[in-house]
Amino acid sequence: MQDLLIIGGREIKNRLFIGTGKFSRKSLIKDVLDKAKTDIVTVALRRVDIDSSDENVLDFIPENCQIMPNTSGARNADEAIRIARLAKASGCGNWVKIEIISDNKYLLPDNQETIKATKVLAGEGFVVLPYMTPDLYAGCRLVEAGAACVMPLGSPIGSGRGIKTKELVQIMIDEIKAPIIVDAGLGMPSDAAECMEMGCAAVLVNTAIAIAKNPVSMADAFSQAVAAGRKAYLASTAKGDTLIGKASSPLTGFLNE
Amino acid sequence: MMDLAALLAPLTNSHLEEMASVAQQLTLRHFGRAIQLYTPMYLSNFCDNHCIYCGFNKGNDIERKRLTLEQVRKEAVFLSEKGFQHILILTGSSRSESPISYIIQCVKILKEYFASVSIEIYVLTSQEYKTLIDAGVDGLTIYQETYDREVYRRVHPKGPKSDYQFRLEAPERALSCGMRFVNIGALLGLSDWRKEAFATITHAKCLQDKYPESEISISVPRLRPYKGKLENTVKVHDSDLAQMIMACRIFLPRVGVTLSTRESAKFRENVLPLGVTRMSANSTTAVGGHTIKDDASSQFEISDQRNLTEIKQMLTAKGYQPVLKDWMPI
Repeated sequence: MQDLLIIGGREIKNRLFIGTGKFSRKSLIKDVLDKAKTDIVTVALRRVDIDSSDENVLDFIPENCQIMPNTSGARNADEAIRIARLAKASGCGNWVKIEIISDNKYLLPDNQETIKATKVLAGEGFVVLPYMTPDLYAGCRLVEAGAACVMPLGSPIGSGRGIKTKELVQIMIDEIKAPIIVDAGLGMPSDAAECMEMGCAAVLVNTAIAIAKNPVSMADAFSQAVAAGRKAYLASTAKGDTLIGKASSPLTGFLNE
Repeated sequence: MMDLAALLAPLTNSHLEEMASVAQQLTLRHFGRAIQLYTPMYLSNFCDNHCIYCGFNKGNDIERKRLTLEQVRKEAVFLSEKGFQHILILTGSSRSESPISYIIQCVKILKEYFASVSIEIYVLTSQEYKTLIDAGVDGLTIYQETYDREVYRRVHPKGPKSDYQFRLEAPERALSCGMRFVNIGALLGLSDWRKEAFATITHAKCLQDKYPESEISISVPRLRPYKGKLENTVKVHDSDLAQMIMACRIFLPRVGVTLSTRESAKFRENVLPLGVTRMSANSTTAVGGHTIKDDASSQFEISDQRNLTEIKQMLTAKGYQPVLKDWMPI
C-alpha cells in the first residue's frame, strides 16, 4: 500500500516541501524541484511579478507541483487575508501558507493573528497551511478554524539550528489529528529525518537548500532523508524517550491463559 | 552595546577576515543569495536649507526645477519599462516648492507603475507621514547626516533642517504611523566614522526593538564630490566602510543594508557578501535625470554608473539573484 499524505484532497508522495526564496537564480529552482521530485512548493507572493517581461519564479515550477503561495510580509490577519486573495486572483490557486510575522527581530509567527486569518480564508474555500509557533492549544484552534494541517517551526527561520522545539512538536503530533509539518529552522538532512522519525507528516525546507554550495544535491539529500525518516517512523523506531511501546507479541497474554 | 563597540574597534586584517566570514554566513542565512534593486527619482531640487555638504544648498547657484506631473509620468514609464518595481523619490527640502500635496500627486502617478514607493524628502510630522502612507508610500529613507550634535550644528547652519531633535525622531514618527520600511543612515565623512556607525546601528536597534513589525535597514553613504566645498571632512577608508557593514550584520543579523551608487562598481561588488541586501542601479541625482539630460541640477556625483541590465548581469555572475519586486500594494 502506498504511504500517501493527503492535504486539500491532493495525494502527496514526497513529504519534502520546498521554499523558493534565497536562491542565487530562479532557474535553479526548477533543477532543485526536479531533483527532489517535490510535490508542494511555496512561493512568496511579494516576489511574484506576473506582469513583468522579466523571468518569473512561477515559470520555473514544474506543472505537476502544487503551488502554495505564502503571505510573507503580512503583519496581521487582515494583511495575510488580502495577500491570499491577491494570490488567488493572480491565478496561483486556492492553497495558501499563512505566514504572519509582526516581529522582524526573531521572525516568530503570531499565532493569534494566524488563527484569525485561517478562519476567514478556510471559510472562503482556501486550503490553509498555517505556519505557527509550536503550541498545542494554538494548533487545536487552527484545526478548528479549518486549517488543512499545522506547520510549527523547528527553530527560527534561517537559523539552521534543527528541531529545537522537539518536545512541543511531539506533543502536537501526539494530540492533533491533522498533519503536523515542521516548517523553518532545519539545517541539515538529518534534522529532517529526525522530524519524520518523530511522526511529522512532512517538512518544509528553504534556506538549507538555497544557500548550500550545491543546492540541487542538497535537495536530493533532504528528499532521501525525509523518505528514510518516514520509513523509520512506519517501521516503529526503537529509539525514543518513552518506555511504552508495543511488543510484537503480548507480554501479559499469559495472564488470560 | 559593548559587543557593538568591539565590532567597531580598530582591528587587524586577520580579525577583519574573521568578521567577514561570520557576516557572510549570517547574510546568507537571513537573506539568502538575493539582492533587492531600486532606483532613485529626483522630483525637485528646490531647498530651504544650507547643508554645507550638499549640492542643493540654498546658497548654491544652480538651476532649480521641479518636475511637472507629466514629467513624473514620463520618468515612471521609462523606469518601469526598464523593469524597476521599487522606486525612491527625492526632493530638496522645500515645503513651499514641493508641498505634501505635490508629493501625493506624484505618489498617485507612481503607484500606477511601481510595486513600492519610498520617500526621501524633508522631515514630516506624524500626521503628514500618515497622509503619505494613506496615499501609498510604504518606505521612508531618512539620514540623520551626523549623530554628533556639534558637527550637526556646524554643517546645518540655518534652515529647518538645523533642528537636530526633530530630524532624529522622524523615523519613529513614521513607524508609529505604520510605515512598513524605514532606512536610516549617517553621511559618513562628516565626523568620526566609528562614532557615527555606533550611533546608526544603535538607532536601528532601538527602532527594531520598538517597532518589530516594520523592516528597518541602514544605509552607509560616504561623502561624494558635489557643487561646493566642505572643510574638516574625515576620510572613511574602504576597510572602514566594510567593517561598518559587517558590524551591522553581526550585531543586527536581520537588519537590511543598502549600498548606493555613491560607491564604485568595484567596491560594491567586493562588499556584496559581507552584509549588503539592497542596491540602487541606473542612478542619477539630477531632477528628472532619467529622461532629461541635465547634470547641472545634480545633488552629488555618483560613482557606479551602471544601468539595470549591467547590475543584473553582475549580480548573476556573482551568484546573486536580482530581486526587482519584493512587495506589492495590499
